[in-house]
Amino acid sequence: MKIKIKRENGFVEYKTKSLLTLLETLEEIKATQEPSLAFSHGCRSSVCGSCAVRVNEKEVLACAHKVQEGDVVEPLKNMEVLKDLVVDAQNPLRTLERSGAHLQRYEEVALDYDDEKRNALQSDCILCGSCYSACPVFSVNEAFLGPFALTRVWRYVSDKREGEPKTKIDAIQQNGVWDCTLCNECTLVCPQGISPKQDIEKLRAKSSQFGYMDPSFGSFGGGFGAGFGGGFDGSPQF
Amino acid sequence: MRTDVLVVGAGGAGLSAAIAAKESGANVIVVTKEYPTRSQTCMAQGGINAVLYGEDTIKNHIADTLKSAKGLADEAAVETMCKNAPDAIAWLDSIGVVFSRTKDKRIAQRRLGGASHPRACYAQDYTGLKILHTLFDYANKLDITFANERYLLELIVEEGVCKGALFLNIRNGEIETITANSVVLATGGYSKLYQNHSTNSKAASGDGIAAAYRAGAKLRNMEFVQFHPTALKSSAILISESARGAGGKLLNSKKERFVDELKPRDEVSLAIYEEMAKGEEIFLDITHLGEAFINEELPQERKLALLYEGVDPLEEPLPIKPAAHYTMGGIAVEATMQSSIERLYAVGECSESRVHGANRLGGNSLLEIVVFGKIAGKNAAQTPTNSLHDLQAHIDSAQAKIQTLFAKEPKRNFYEAKQKLADLFYEKCGIVRKKDDLQEVLDYIDEVQGSLELYGIADKTKRYNTNFVDYLEFENMLQIAKTVASAALANEKSVGAHRRGDV
Ligand SMILES: Cc1cc2nc3c(=O)[nH]c(=O)nc-3n(C[C@H](O)[C@H](O)[C@H](O)COP(=O)(O)OP(=O)(O)OC[C@H]3O[C@@H](n4cnc5c(N)ncnc54)[C@H](O)[C@@H]3O)c2cc1C
Ligand code: SF4
Ligand code: SF4
Ligand code: FES
Repeated sequence: MKIKIKRENGFVEYKTKSLLTLLETLEEIKATQEPSLAFSHGCRSSVCGSCAVRVNEKEVLACAHKVQEGDVVEPLKNMEVLKDLVVDAQNPLRTLERSGAHLQRYEEVALDYDDEKRNALQSDCILCGSCYSACPVFSVNEAFLGPFALTRVWRYVSDKREGEPKTKIDAIQQNGVWDCTLCNECTLVCPQGISPKQDIEKLRAKSSQFGYMDPSFGSFGGGFGAGFGGGFDGSPQF
Repeated sequence: MRTDVLVVGAGGAGLSAAIAAKESGANVIVVTKEYPTRSQTCMAQGGINAVLYGEDTIKNHIADTLKSAKGLADEAAVETMCKNAPDAIAWLDSIGVVFSRTKDKRIAQRRLGGASHPRACYAQDYTGLKILHTLFDYANKLDITFANERYLLELIVEEGVCKGALFLNIRNGEIETITANSVVLATGGYSKLYQNHSTNSKAASGDGIAAAYRAGAKLRNMEFVQFHPTALKSSAILISESARGAGGKLLNSKKERFVDELKPRDEVSLAIYEEMAKGEEIFLDITHLGEAFINEELPQERKLALLYEGVDPLEEPLPIKPAAHYTMGGIAVEATMQSSIERLYAVGECSESRVHGANRLGGNSLLEIVVFGKIAGKNAAQTPTNSLHDLQAHIDSAQAKIQTLFAKEPKRNFYEAKQKLADLFYEKCGIVRKKDDLQEVLDYIDEVQGSLELYGIADKTKRYNTNFVDYLEFENMLQIAKTVASAALANEKSVGAHRRGDV
């Protein structure tokens, strides 16, 4: 079987054994043919999020993809390539800090089974970066917070233990929920079955509850919107 | 770079330590050779032990732990861990871990092997993942500094005092130094010595233990390696204990049962080993458990079995083997988590903190990393400022080693040697050990270490050279392997996970 891997100087074809996962194939190539081939991996069981790459232009986990004849393997998009299939995940990870993806203030609430299910799926995220790679917004706006960070914000906002949901919502207005085009590409590539797009829609609804509006509607009466929003902002605090 | 507390490793232990140190007012830098959320802690599924509600008692938890440790644990250390468990869960709840819950507003708990009560709190099928990611989010909230993709080369120790460490910046191939008032090692275990006979992540090569050992730190109980009875045959991916708990049967090639599946891990692993020694292949049969159960309880396992073995556990028994899963041995630490080197702390799977003894109880290691992580961080934050005499000497010596390595032309493939070592270890320093076998393993290690000038790296570039990193891991594995095999040879008493087949 032959596959092509994008390396420093373009695509290189390798012969490999069949019936292996892409990760096993890469390891085999490295150990026997090409010691300089660079790729990231850890758990080999789809939970550490290290090994996401693009195969035939679609994001997959190398450890969960069975190699097919003629597969074309490339690094993720929207990130700087460090070498071969290794990308710099530093910038994507910074979106977590920028979006304030953590519990702001703990409110002691005893949760039940239904409460748990509210954000169990969102907290399945393995930070593989697939959604970030697939998102078209980054090509026009590098400062976009992006799908996994917003999913993670929803994970905390939707948690009954979060005592300050508004602080969370305030932090994702700029380059955040309203910049998403709702194209759903992120959902299609997520290995964990998460839909960042749906989480963004829920965050939009929550933003509206706190008085925020879609800025693209601003042209219909921007001054009013801003003033009104400002007034509303404070009210839930009373 | 300089900081108050340097934490090496960003799994559950490293993050807990960093958080505690930061909250005690210290400046902290956390270094990892991966990214924090890629640490092996994410792989834990089963749960984290704590006594939370009336039916169970902390006394039970202590007793179960001591029983499993077979006399090699320290009662006071076990008591500290078990008594602090409820607080640890309350703390994890307060930072937002999405634990599974019951209808009546309790944190759900299940029973793992060796526990007298359902005591393991879990977060769906992803306990370690959710704890690790929540710790990471919280560390971001505290603005803790991370240095990712930095590989620990050597600790800086002067006159018995640890003062920092040297790292390889994997991204550009440069050596970086971080000096500190104290250093916390949280670099995880060494099960990956067994390569494809281990359930662990690639990163579990025992780097931190090897570095501490080179710096003169005492190690303890290195021969104690826990084998999990049911890992997939070709990939060694873990099939959770709940498969047996729910009625999964172990069968040999003749489709006969040969052991009570509910016995403790070491006994089941031994029974499988003996069966395999007779030439039998072993299968885990869960076909009778039904689609609903398998999809609900073992969804990841079903997916992975299909992927790696081409077997659907609904239709056919799964081919399995026991695999190296957890290493009880490590850097010897006191109750403060300080090692035998002053200001060098060690915590988590890289340490031997006298709580697991000869056999770790499922669910106790996630507990250990949180409870002892916090103790290590707090204590490390208390150390007063120190000064370093000669940083350049340390840099020069590391630099010289790297230059020698880059100058070598590889005549032998170290990836092959790594695999050979793993196969030898699995066969001869695995579930049952014998004097002659161990001697053979030691001879092989000596042979490879004696001919290291023949092994080297083919890739001589600086930027993101994973061939180089793999080689560094290989050398660490050789050193660790030697301590494990020597300890196994010296210890003629079969206890817990260490079983001698000749005395
Ligand atoms: C499949 C599986 C399932 C498990 N299930 C459970 C369970 O249900 N319950 C339970 O209690 N335990 C379980 N365990 C055990 C438990 O997960 C581990 O013991 C624990 O997570 C170890 O945590 P740690 O923080 O000590 O190390 P790790 O999480 O392994 O982290 C080590 C860190 O050190 C870094 N590091 C290593 N070497 C270097 C270096 N040279 N330079 C820089 N950084 C370095 C790594 O990058 C990483 O960040 C399981 C383990 C496995 C493999
Ligand atoms: S739905 Fe939004 S976040 Fe998802 S890929 Fe499209 S634009 Fe990006
Ligand atoms: S949301 Fe899905 S695709 Fe995006 S980082 Fe998380 S697991 Fe990966
Ligand atoms: S290696 Fe961990 S997700 Fe693929």
